[in-house]
Amino acid sequence: MPDSAQAHGQAPAAPLLAVTALDAFYGDIQALFGVSIEIARGEAVAVIGANGAGKSALLKSIAGLLRARPDAIAFEGAPIGGMPAYAVAARGIALVPEGRGLFASLSVEENLLIGGQLGRPGPWNLQRIYELFPVLAERRRLPSTSLSGGQQQMAAIGRALMANPKLLLCDEISLGLAPIVVRDIYARLPAIRGEGTSIILVEQDVVQALKAASRVYCLQEGRVALTGAAKDLTREEIAAAYFGI
Amino acid sequence: MDWVNVILQGVLVGGLYAMFAAGLSLIFGVMRLVNIAHGDLIVMAAYVALVVTQTLGIGPLTSLILVVPIMAVIGYALQWFVLNRTLGDDLLPPLLVTFGLSVIIQNGLLTLFTADSLKLQSGDIEVATIRLVEGVYVGVLPLLQFVVAVAVIAGLQFVFYRTALGRAFRATADDPAVAQLMGLDNRHVFALAMALSLAVVAITGVFLAVRANFDPSQGPARLIYGFEAVIIGGLGSLWGTLAGGLILGVAQAIGAHINPGWQILAGHIAFLFVLAVRPQGLFPKVRT
Repeated sequence: MPDSAQAHGQAPAAPLLAVTALDAFYGDIQALFGVSIEIARGEAVAVIGANGAGKSALLKSIAGLLRARPDAIAFEGAPIGGMPAYAVAARGIALVPEGRGLFASLSVEENLLIGGQLGRPGPWNLQRIYELFPVLAERRRLPSTSLSGGQQQMAAIGRALMANPKLLLCDEISLGLAPIVVRDIYARLPAIRGEGTSIILVEQDVVQALKAASRVYCLQEGRVALTGAAKDLTREEIAAAYFGI
Repeated sequence: MDWVNVILQGVLVGGLYAMFAAGLSLIFGVMRLVNIAHGDLIVMAAYVALVVTQTLGIGPLTSLILVVPIMAVIGYALQWFVLNRTLGDDLLPPLLVTFGLSVIIQNGLLTLFTADSLKLQSGDIEVATIRLVEGVYVGVLPLLQFVVAVAVIAGLQFVFYRTALGRAFRATADDPAVAQLMGLDNRHVFALAMALSLAVVAITGVFLAVRANFDPSQGPARLIYGFEAVIIGGLGSLWGTLAGGLILGVAQAIGAHINPGWQILAGHIAFLFVLAVRPQGLFPKVRT
């Protein structure tokens, strides 16, 4: 495996998720070129990179929304590449989609309930989600469209957690939100990790991502340009990998 | 009293139109599929009921116990094997395929049952009437049909807004891709919606066949009434669909009372009037 994760001694021998030499396509356009990443149980990993670097394509491939070679993505040792999204969800991978993707004709609570409709057992239920995000409890009966951007993001995260995932994929959860709201949402991530859930954070907000994750992959034009422990990477290294200069 | 009777009859017939429309409205609401074969499926349900009543020697209303599940299974299979393949960004393939289906059903029924006009016999209930007040009478059968129509609409409303299945329908209608992330298999959700739609079609077909004669060519006319009721009521609103059916029924009854030749014309005029002054329908739910 060309990946250097093991060198840092944080990913154990059998990772929760292993992406190996993944190619992904939007129609005829190739978005990922031989990308390999790994994440261990309970770990938080950040995937950073500029617009169009392939971050969302990576998450969509893992979640089953983009085609992939079966053995390119292994979850708990089983190949899941190219599986339909509903089957991937049933195995315990939940995606918080870019732009939140709340169901507009469902109330806040109905959005949460539909996240839990697979009935996977685990620590998260409506009550726990309302404890994590109290503002959602106040607005549970309202249409999801009536929430502010930050509240919508909380609802989207809550909806994903309702599935009691082993792996939570977060696509640009800071997008379009005020910095204070972003800090507020990021402050809840340790509680989520505390339940044993692994998190892959896709972010353009590098500072936020480095604070929340233990390891970082930097994508550049569909390839992994840099990887390492968040605390070891220097600004210069990241800038070089991010912008390709 | 004359006009009270006319409007009452219109309302009762309107219940049947609302049932024509309910299945159509449900399918459009969940998967944006316009089912051109809807009317032919109603007529097909009437023939299924005919076979069931003749084979088992039971009455048409009792036969619903079998006809409803038979049509629901046909609906699931139809969606799973045929219609799911037509769904996508383009609205044209499902239109063409259901149009083809309409032709196939009509000709299949013609081959199997000939063009003879048939009717389901339900015995004494057909002629029984209730006197409401002096001079105002309602038939038991039309009344039952109306009550069933309201119950069907209320039942669908309950399923849509109070059950996990309805939540899945609405979520999939909102955003099919994100619904998959919740573990919902769109193909299965759509097939369940079509099964539910054809269960309603089964009830509609039996009441249609008890009320009047039917033959294989009648489907498209039922489809038109269904469409008109949906458009008058507003897309995606079930209670609106009931209102649409009633408006259509009352307009037809009034037209027929003025001049027997104006019955169908009056219904279409009421539809065109609503389309002209309120093109989104009376109670629209769908954002377009």
